[in-house]
This record gives sequence, structure tokens and C-alpha cells, in this order.
Amino acid sequence: MNSSRTILLSARSLNRSFGAVVAAAAISIDIASGERLCLIGSNGAGKTTFVNMITGYLKPSSGHIVLDGEDITALAPREITRRGVARSFQIPQLCMHMPVLDNLLASLHCSRGERSFLRSGRDTSAVTECLRLLDRFGLAKHASRPVMELPGGVRKLLDIAMALTGHPKLLMLDEPTSGVSAEEKFMTMDTVMTAIDRGAHGSPVTVVFVEHDMDIVERYASRVIAFYSGRVIADGSPSSVLADTEVQRYVTGSVRSPAEAAA
Amino acid sequence: MITFSAKRVLLVCALAFAVLLGLGFVLPKWLVFLGTIALANGLVSLGIVLMMRSGVVPFGQGLVFAAGGYTAALLFNRLGITDALLLSVLGGVAAFCISLPFAPLLARYRGIFFAMLTLALSMVLYGILMKTDTLGGSDGFNVTRPTLFGFRPEAAQSTLLLWGVTAGITCLMAGLARVYCDSTRGLLSLAVRENELRVEYMGMSVVNLVAWNYLLAAFVGGIGGALGVLALGHIDPNFSYWTTSGEFVFVAILAGYQSVTAVLVSSLLLELVRSFSSAYFPNTWQLVLGIFLLLVIRFLPDGLGSQMYRLLPKRPTKD
Repeated sequence: MNSSRTILLSARSLNRSFGAVVAAAAISIDIASGERLCLIGSNGAGKTTFVNMITGYLKPSSGHIVLDGEDITALAPREITRRGVARSFQIPQLCMHMPVLDNLLASLHCSRGERSFLRSGRDTSAVTECLRLLDRFGLAKHASRPVMELPGGVRKLLDIAMALTGHPKLLMLDEPTSGVSAEEKFMTMDTVMTAIDRGAHGSPVTVVFVEHDMDIVERYASRVIAFYSGRVIADGSPSSVLADTEVQRYVTGSVRSPAEAAA
Repeated sequence: MITFSAKRVLLVCALAFAVLLGLGFVLPKWLVFLGTIALANGLVSLGIVLMMRSGVVPFGQGLVFAAGGYTAALLFNRLGITDALLLSVLGGVAAFCISLPFAPLLARYRGIFFAMLTLALSMVLYGILMKTDTLGGSDGFNVTRPTLFGFRPEAAQSTLLLWGVTAGITCLMAGLARVYCDSTRGLLSLAVRENELRVEYMGMSVVNLVAWNYLLAAFVGGIGGALGVLALGHIDPNFSYWTTSGEFVFVAILAGYQSVTAVLVSSLLLELVRSFSSAYFPNTWQLVLGIFLLLVIRFLPDGLGSQMYRLLPKRPTKD
């Protein structure tokens, strides 16, 4: 982690269990402003639980989450969103029967705090801004199509575009390339990262993303945290974390255990 | 959904009001009376449609219908307020106020739980009305001819006057409902219907949105109740009975959630079916109504409004 940067979010001693399964055991992570932090780990390691706790979907059993000096641990998801933390989902959460443009318009109005009983939801300025955002994601041609008609990769991009309407300080992407074909993964990530940079308006957008593809991790992350069994087992630059023997054993699977070697 | 500008909506409403008013002079009196009842009931169903757009269907709008109706009737008989317009607005305000304490609670429930809770509230009111002699008990009480801005019509003019007031208020409410449906809140209501989790992560309170839709529905429903009692000249606890609420839901399902006009057309259709069934198939009109509803669900699952929506020109978007 780059210590010269200001800390945007600080998670301290987060614990969370589901019955006997420990999903988070004393997780303490500081996220600096402008970082591209990638969370890696096998299924059930606690990555999504961490994202869910930060964004208010799950409350930690104990511990604190501080955003820009404010404790957000007990806040509802909408309150956390209003404070500048946006997220996308592993399974895109969209309004399937509504057109792509209406999905984005709804998100834009919420992020602007517009909840008028009379003002049109499709006023020209909002539509223009949404079309501009769709264009950044290469989705403008789908504007009038219902989401249910779109392929999975396009839905992923729309899910991320909706998270960006509020110009968040912290953007959390849960497996942005899952469901996207291997040859399209880099293109998808390029589109996402370029769109994030172009929409930053001068202030850096801090990005936390969950990823399983190590090629993606190496290319797009500035820092990597590896999870295993609800614990952080490595934290550092992509090269150092991916070279860590524990990470290779429990996450990437590139080192065989002694038992496996003997067999 | 088609976007209308507010000005265009108001112009269409003014034209619709002029046409309806003109029809009042040429149509037979029985049909004008039927139309008045249909529009008054249609306002209650309009409220249900507003809630359907956010994914909930109340089965107890008899509560607000009775609240508006009893308020108008009591003000008429006890305080001597006889102006139809004022009574209608006060009926709406009373229904809004009665619904206010329940809105935050109801807005947390969905599906059958929401429907049953609203039904329970309306049946509690029904029970209270049945046992309260000062409110007329099970017999209810009568209301005579209303006035308008101090003008007291003759018996022959009364139906026409009430038709004019009902048509005017209905056109205004329908226009406002259209504007609301196209507003940012209207758009967010549809988003709630589709995916509540996403709306919460957009930064919007789903409970707040559903609660406001419930209150708006209560206001228009209360106006409908007040107009209904003025048209019928009588009110009793059946205004709050579950079968009355069921008829409002019937109209809302028949109309679907896409068109405001379809709600009023559906309400008129229900009254016509009810009247003709009562005349030609006495005691079996519910059977006719049931078959009618089955056919609608089978062949028009999204309601009459979906067909009207298909006929309208599509909103241009940049492809």
C-alpha cells in the first residue's frame, strides 16, 4: 500500500460468521484513495463477504468500518451509497423489463437526490448524461432495449455503469468479468477501467474488485489482498502476493502441498 | 413508457373534460349516473394502479373509500358543508390522514402480506362502522343533493352537476397521475417493482417510495369515496367491506399498470357488466364477472392498458 496516499476507507477487526463457517476473522484493511485493489481467494474465502460488509448488505458481528473519518458500520446500504461507496454485483442486479436507458436514468436520479413527484424522469439533461455514460461503456446502441434481451457481458457493463452514475469515491466490483468469455475479459476490463478514469472528474476513483483470473489481477491491480478461510493471508503488490507460497497453495493452486506431492 | 410533457397532459385532460361534460348533456340520465359511479370508483382503482407500479397490490382500499365517503357524508349532515368540490377534497384529505400512521408499517411488507394487512385494516374499519350508532351503524345514513359554489341544482340538474364535478376531478387526477408516473418517482417506482435491492444500492429508500405511493392512493381513493357517496346519496359500512375492495382490484387488474386512461375505461366496463348482468342474469352477476376476469387474465395478462400502450407511438431514443 502506498503510505503517502490518504486513507479513504479503514476496516478494523471485522468478524462475521454464518453458523460454523467463519467468513471474516479479524479482517483489518486500509484502502488508500486512488488505489486499484484486487481481492483474490478461492470460493468461500470471504471476498464477497468483505464487499458486502463494506457496502452494508451484511453487518459485521464486531469491528468497525470508517469511511473518510465517519463510522459507517451500522448504516443501511442506501446511506453508504449516498456517502460515495457504489458497487456492482457478481450477478448483475438490474431492472430486467426496463430499457437500458431507464435503468441508468433511475440510478442517475437517485445519485442526484432527485425524487420529484412532478419533474419528468426523462428530461433532456438526464437523458443526455446517461447516453454519454452508455457511450463510454459502448452500450449506447442498446439504450432502448429491455435488459432481459441483452447478453450477460453487456448486463455486467450496465451494472457497473449504474454504479458510476453517482461519481463514487469508492467503487466495489464483485467479479466484473465472471460470465464473460475468456477472450472478452481483457476488453471488458479495459472498457470498465477507461470508463472509470474518464468519469473521474479530476478526483481519483478508488476501485476494489474481486477477481479469479490472475492475468486480469496482474494487469489491472495496483495492490492485491488474498483471502483464505475468512482471513487475509497476503497483502501487497501483485507480483509479491502472487509469488507468496501460501497464496500459491491456497488461492492460485500453483504449488502442490506435500501430501499432493507425495501422492 | 411513453413520455408526455406536463403541458400536453393538462391539455389532453382539459379536452377530455370538455368531451365528458358535453356527453353529459346528450347521454341518457341512467348512463350519466352510471358514468359518475364508474369514475368515482375508478379513482380508487387509479390509486391501486399507482401502487401496482411499485410492485404491491392492496386488497383493502375499501378503507380509504369509506374514509372519504364517511367524511363527506358527516361534513354534509353535521356541519352543513354541501359543496361537492370541497367535500371531495376533504374526503381525500381525511383518507390521506387516516392512512398516514399505517403507511410506514405497510410499506415494509410485500406480496400477500401487504394485501392481507390492507384488507385487515379495511375490515377493522368495517367492524367499527357496524357497531357505531353515531355513524349510522349497519344502516348507514343518507346524503341529499350537493351544491357547487353556492348553486343548488334542481333534482333534474343534480345528476348532471355531479357528473361535471366528477368528470372534472377525475380528469385532473388522471392527468396528475400521468405526470407522476412519468416523474422521477414514477420511474423509481417501476425500478422498485423490478429490483428493490438495486434501488437501495442506488441510494433510494424503497420503504419511503412505497409509503408515498400508498398515501397518494389513499388521497385519490378518498376523493372517489366522497364522490361515490354524493352520487349514491347513501353510505353504509359496505363501503369498507372486502367485496368492495375486491371490485377495485378487479378494475386495476383489468386495466394493468401501463395506462391511466385504461383504469377509467375498465371501471366503466365493470359498471356496465354489473348493470347488464343484474338486468339479464339476476343473482348471477358475480358469475359473469368471474368469467369476465378469467378471460381478461387469459387473453390480456397485462390488462387493457397494454393494448392501449401498443397503439401509442414509441418514444424515440438514440440507437
